[in-house]
Amino acid sequence: MADETPRPEELIQIDHRPPKKDWMDVPVNIRKGMYCYAANPKSVEYVGLPHAREWNPMEEDWKLPEDWQDIIHKGFKERLDKFRSFRVFMDICVRCGACADKCHYFIGTGDPKNMPVLRAELLRSVYRNDFTRMGKILGKVNGARPMSLDVLKEWWYYLFQCSECRRCSVFCPYGIDTAEITIMGRELLNLLGLNVDWIATPVANCYRTGNHLGIQPHAFKDMLDFFVEDIEEITGVPVEYNINKKGADILFITPSGDVFADPGTYTAMGYLMLFHYLKEKYGFDVTWSTYGSEGGNFGFFTSHETMKRLNSKMYAEAKRLGVKWILGGECGHMWRVINQYMDTMNGPTDFLEEPVSPITGTKFENARSNKMVHIAEFTADLIKHGKLELDPSRNDHLKVTFHDSCNPSRGMGIFEEPRYVINNVCNHFYEMPANTIRENTFCCGSGAGLNAGENMELRLTGGLPRANAVKHVHESHGVNMLACICAIDRAALPPLMEYWVPEVDVTGLHEMVANALIMPGENERSTDLRGEDIPGREVVEEETEGESEEQADE
Amino acid sequence: MNSRYIVPLIAVIVLFLIAYLGAQVSGLQYVFGVVVPYLAILTFVVGFAYRVISWTRSPVPFAIPTTGGQQKSLPWVQHSQFDNPVKGWQVVGRMALEILTFRSLFRNTRMKLTQGGRLAYQLEIFLWVGALAFHYAFLVVLIRHLRFFTEPVPYFVQLVENIDSFFRVEIIYPIFKFGVPGVYLSGFVLLAAVSYLFLRRLFVRQVKYISIASDYFPLFLIFGIAFSGILMRYFTKTDVTAAKELTLGLITFRPTIPDGISAVFFVHVFLVSILIAYFPFSKLMHLGGVFLSPTRNMPTDTRARRHVNPWNYPVPVHTYEEYEDEFREKMVEAGLPVEKMPEPAAAEEPEPAEEKE
Repeated sequence: MADETPRPEELIQIDHRPPKKDWMDVPVNIRKGMYCYAANPKSVEYVGLPHAREWNPMEEDWKLPEDWQDIIHKGFKERLDKFRSFRVFMDICVRCGACADKCHYFIGTGDPKNMPVLRAELLRSVYRNDFTRMGKILGKVNGARPMSLDVLKEWWYYLFQCSECRRCSVFCPYGIDTAEITIMGRELLNLLGLNVDWIATPVANCYRTGNHLGIQPHAFKDMLDFFVEDIEEITGVPVEYNINKKGADILFITPSGDVFADPGTYTAMGYLMLFHYLKEKYGFDVTWSTYGSEGGNFGFFTSHETMKRLNSKMYAEAKRLGVKWILGGECGHMWRVINQYMDTMNGPTDFLEEPVSPITGTKFENARSNKMVHIAEFTADLIKHGKLELDPSRNDHLKVTFHDSCNPSRGMGIFEEPRYVINNVCNHFYEMPANTIRENTFCCGSGAGLNAGENMELRLTGGLPRANAVKHVHESHGVNMLACICAIDRAALPPLMEYWVPEVDVTGLHEMVANALIMPGENERSTDLRGEDIPGREVVEEETEGESEEQADE
Repeated sequence: MNSRYIVPLIAVIVLFLIAYLGAQVSGLQYVFGVVVPYLAILTFVVGFAYRVISWTRSPVPFAIPTTGGQQKSLPWVQHSQFDNPVKGWQVVGRMALEILTFRSLFRNTRMKLTQGGRLAYQLEIFLWVGALAFHYAFLVVLIRHLRFFTEPVPYFVQLVENIDSFFRVEIIYPIFKFGVPGVYLSGFVLLAAVSYLFLRRLFVRQVKYISIASDYFPLFLIFGIAFSGILMRYFTKTDVTAAKELTLGLITFRPTIPDGISAVFFVHVFLVSILIAYFPFSKLMHLGGVFLSPTRNMPTDTRARRHVNPWNYPVPVHTYEEYEDEFREKMVEAGLPVEKMPEPAAAEEPEPAEEKE
């Protein structure tokens, strides 16, 4: 696959001029590298979603149920009646075009159907035909068209080229949120069994094993044990952790991706070290869980109902373990779900207490109802109260910039807390241009379940605006580390950087925290959590074996 | 060539001609001056209400505000009050900024890709200026027209008129007179703004690509309205007293058609009638919809206050018990605590969740 991906010089040749032809007359061209494989029927079946079957987007016949048009029509109607957002957004767009060049997929591909307004028009055209008189009378002149197999394919292709990042909704004068439209569109597609596998299988895994990766409880514990070994090797401190512990004060939930793959693993090690530090110093009592071992929620990319089903585990596990409140790790869409959906779907949470930091006594009043605190809020509060002993100079070899992840930015607004933490754990921090951070931040290009391998071209083009901004600070300030608070970012940004800005690495916030954290009883650290020498602190003594091994690796 | 603007253009021209010619036929004046306006207003009121009710009948199941600034969290973190509003007055502030100053549109940028493969985003203010000019000019024109429906004319209407006509231009030649009565800027700003919005649709390729008939139709219609209004006021000099007699008659439900009303007046009234009758069935409903947009009109304190979904329903979940039943042996072996210890005698395989099928 990698061989087929065009080179950067080719991919940057983007033509943003739309074709002369009317967009309705341009048939969808499902192109390799731009789409994710169809859902594995076993996964669809496992969670009881309809019309599980083998199908291939490249084939003419999608093996749709006989009455698929009826299913779509009724599903559309049902959602119009259940969601004011959907109904209003179908009606009030004036097509001013302000959103057009705000989408990273449009910027990166130049495909006009990736302009948010046109992505919405894909659905709106059917809405006009099916649900408005004006549309029915005027037809195509007024942007209406009946549902057809081609339209359905177009929906599928472009609704899985939207990462629900909400950047367009910031610029829309009416707040029309394409994420909302994509969410509804994907729900409709799921009624026909048309999910992609990179979403459907994590959903099934999460339902069964508690996490997207399908890590079973004993294996999950094994992974944490590996981290403990690595940490001891690096710091000399044997950290302890709790797992599935009843009666702990706090339940900790983070995306399983960080337990599984680099560089997220270093962030997971960071959590373990921070918790151990707090336990030693202040008697902090936090537990991990295997049943609730997933912060992320790919159900969110499937349907509201699936989201609720997966999310239910968080409160259920908190209740079972009898904790006071929940601490959530670094993740993107996980926090959109927690911040804007969880309490509504699975609350109220009278069995939990209003979150209070047991160390600083800070009441997290902003989380008093849903009882879930973001770890960046938690750590920023610790640092503010001087509760962490930090040596930021250990991160002196890093020139850091911060990527605001879409969902915590535009579905929550957590901007200052991570920056405060970064500025306290490292000495060289540079912001990317203002139009590309905070509420204007650009997606990594792989959000909303599009982080597969087979759609690499889509990911690289969608990630172009982000990479371009990183490149800017890399060239102007020598930035070599891209920090983020999202597990999808940690999986998606490394290949993106490697492609567009190869000299820049990716890190989580708490990896940097742990690198700066002075653990009680630790050895002088010569390497960071990645096992890489910290410049100026290398151990000089020769270990011939180690060295030859390293050379062999290279 | 492009039917998406040709069709609405022809439609507006036809409407113009219908009114112009129809008004010359005696007897039809009553239709254009009384029947059509009444029907239009009725359609507007009923249609507008119907549309808003249909929106409000759909609930807001989730609190999904778009956050455009720092959340309210720790006390020492500066909170962005209007971009991430928590309190009611902050939401009102956000909405007011949105509706009165088009704040989101003000953020507009234009993306540029340079030869060297660099992306740049420049402030793009023209759409915001054009939109603001259009809407405020329209508002002023509307307020000025209250003169035709009130007797005596309220003070604020006169005030708006005075401000609107502060700019005086008088060209007085025997064959060409302009500026008497005083020039109202708003009408010309409206005409200019409408032209800009139209030309933008025509010449900005991406905007042209997404535009449909119902984007052009109101622009042509408003152009026609502004044009006929200006024509009447400055050039053909319609009998204003007679016009006011008609409009006052409409508003007091004693409709009359006074003598001496020009055909252009009927064109003007007819096009306005078409616009307001068309309003509830079109994108012009953004006037009402902007107030109901859940990404803007909701507070962002979603973790501090529970939002209730009226149709929240129980869903099938995979319980901890089912989970432990499947993995109990492995958990015990790994030293993970379990709720139920495995029964030593029962050597049966643990039943996985699939069994339920």
